Amino acid sequence: MSKKTKTPEQQQYEKLEQKHELKRPVLKNCIRAFWVGGLICVVGQAITYFYIYFFNFTEQTAGNPTVATMIFISMLLTGFGVYDRLGQFGGAGSAVPVTGFGNAVISAAIEHRTEGFVLGVGGNMFKLAGSVILFGVFSAFVVALIKTLLIIWGVI
Amino acid sequence: MLKGKQSWVFQNRPVIAAAGVSGGPFEANGNLSEDFDVLHDDLWMGEDSYEKAHRILLEEAGQTALNKANVQKEDVQFYIAGDLINQITPSSLSARTIQIPYFGVFGACSTSMEGLALASFIVNYRGADHVLTGASSHNAAVEKQFRYPTEYGGQKPPTAQWTVTGAGAALVSANAAGSNLPVTTSATIGKVIDMGLTDPFNMGGAMAPAAADTITAHFKDMQLDPSHYDLIVTGDLGRIGQETAYELLKNNGLNIDREKFKDCGLMIYKDDQPVQSGGSGAGCSAAVLYGHLLNQMKQGTYRRILVVATGALLSPLTFQQSESIPCIAHAVSIEMT
Amino acid sequence: MLPMFFWAFVIGGLFCVFGQILFDVFKLTPGHTLSLLVVLGAVLDGVGLYEPLADFAGAGATIPITSFGNSLVHGALQEADQHGLVGVLTGMFEVTSSGISAAIIFGFIGALIFKPKG
Repeated sequence: MSKKTKTPEQQQYEKLEQKHELKRPVLKNCIRAFWVGGLICVVGQAITYFYIYFFNFTEQTAGNPTVATMIFISMLLTGFGVYDRLGQFGGAGSAVPVTGFGNAVISAAIEHRTEGFVLGVGGNMFKLAGSVILFGVFSAFVVALIKTLLIIWGVI
Repeated sequence: MLKGKQSWVFQNRPVIAAAGVSGGPFEANGNLSEDFDVLHDDLWMGEDSYEKAHRILLEEAGQTALNKANVQKEDVQFYIAGDLINQITPSSLSARTIQIPYFGVFGACSTSMEGLALASFIVNYRGADHVLTGASSHNAAVEKQFRYPTEYGGQKPPTAQWTVTGAGAALVSANAAGSNLPVTTSATIGKVIDMGLTDPFNMGGAMAPAAADTITAHFKDMQLDPSHYDLIVTGDLGRIGQETAYELLKNNGLNIDREKFKDCGLMIYKDDQPVQSGGSGAGCSAAVLYGHLLNQMKQGTYRRILVVATGALLSPLTFQQSESIPCIAHAVSIEMT
Repeated sequence: MLPMFFWAFVIGGLFCVFGQILFDVFKLTPGHTLSLLVVLGAVLDGVGLYEPLADFAGAGATIPITSFGNSLVHGALQEADQHGLVGVLTGMFEVTSSGISAAIIFGFIGALIFKPKG
């Protein structure tokens, strides 16, 4: 996001407005994010162990059903109108875990149902999460490409 | 009649014959619920989408105003309305229902006074006997369009404001002798002011310069002193915008009594409602003025008020394209005869 | 078992604090922040740091969105190891599919059974 250069009048106003602007409570938000995010991961850890001990998954393979279960839980929380309150309180603590990704997709799907399932739900589902998928896939492509080439050329 | 650079004086003194105000569940729990004519207990209002519910709000406000004034819609010459939704479809669809020749206007949250100014001008010059004007907003429909799906767990900063689910409509009519109705006496049309702010979660800070500019222009054009009014009320500057505008006005040499400078966005909700910096939306100024403030005027609390509705003229696209937020404010003065 | 819960809490919490700082100090949108984190996960796995972190912190590394970048790289590298350069394209979603599939499936189910509450 580039900022246009401001005129002197605009800069003067910016200073005046900054005096009155309510500042974000950064420390409070970080503490809340830490607790909410940490707790969500603890729940994830419990689910992982559940799958290891009751369903014969290994530590490596339990990740997949764990993530699916977490997203199922976020569907329930989103659908019952709880996740948005969790988000206002926990900020990044609820947005950064994979449940936040689920919430982004599911909330968009639920919201746009009024426009029909094909154009509304289908066309808008990835409004928020699309960038994560795009940049995840592309950066993985670049990283894996570089590493593979380095291996092929015998550098590493 | 043109006065000064950008103001009109309505020398034939058009009256607000009646007004109607509708609101949603949040407003029903708010500070001014007594002054609403229609209140809904959910956001759907019996419709199957938020956008359709949005239209219902405006239709109800308009119909209530007509009922109270005992005027049939066939006798109303024009309908001026607007809202925040793309292509102002809720207003246009309400015009389809009400079947009055229609001007759709867009001033973002300043739409209410834009409509009232135009309605008063038309009636003043006998372009109509009656003009119905209104503005509305719906929290969920606006959030869906401008920000995030309503169930998304995004975190609003303390500078954010809460879009009012509500509508206000007024019937502006030619003055009749002996009526004890509020009169629209003048209006000042605002210019677009852009001070380079870019944060869509801080509308108040972006709009304050526009409010200050229009208020200053009003007093200059009309050659009046702020003490002429019992109340100067802005549309939805919120906590930050109001404080900032007050300082700007002082810097412009206008000495306004702080007690007489209020904001609709700060009046409509209770302190314990989670609205961060206050209410906002095209329906905010309309609902507060056409309900609470007019009632207060009829009870004698205020004799002369200046209502300055403020709007932020951005779209979701302008933000993504790194454009700053242009704002505007329109002022209308209302006096009891 | 118990130490794993503690480290899951701490490491997961710290990823979220990093995200919160991007929100509040750098004023990035959630879209920008999460995209940055997923790229971070991919890079960390590229330099071989993410797997040890996951062994140590368990869900504290596999639940934050960074793990999505990590597993995409993992899948790509695994496939490239076996099938050469083309594996970078074909292998990416092999390990990761559950997150995206779950989001799509439950998103659709959610739209079928839930109405937004505003």
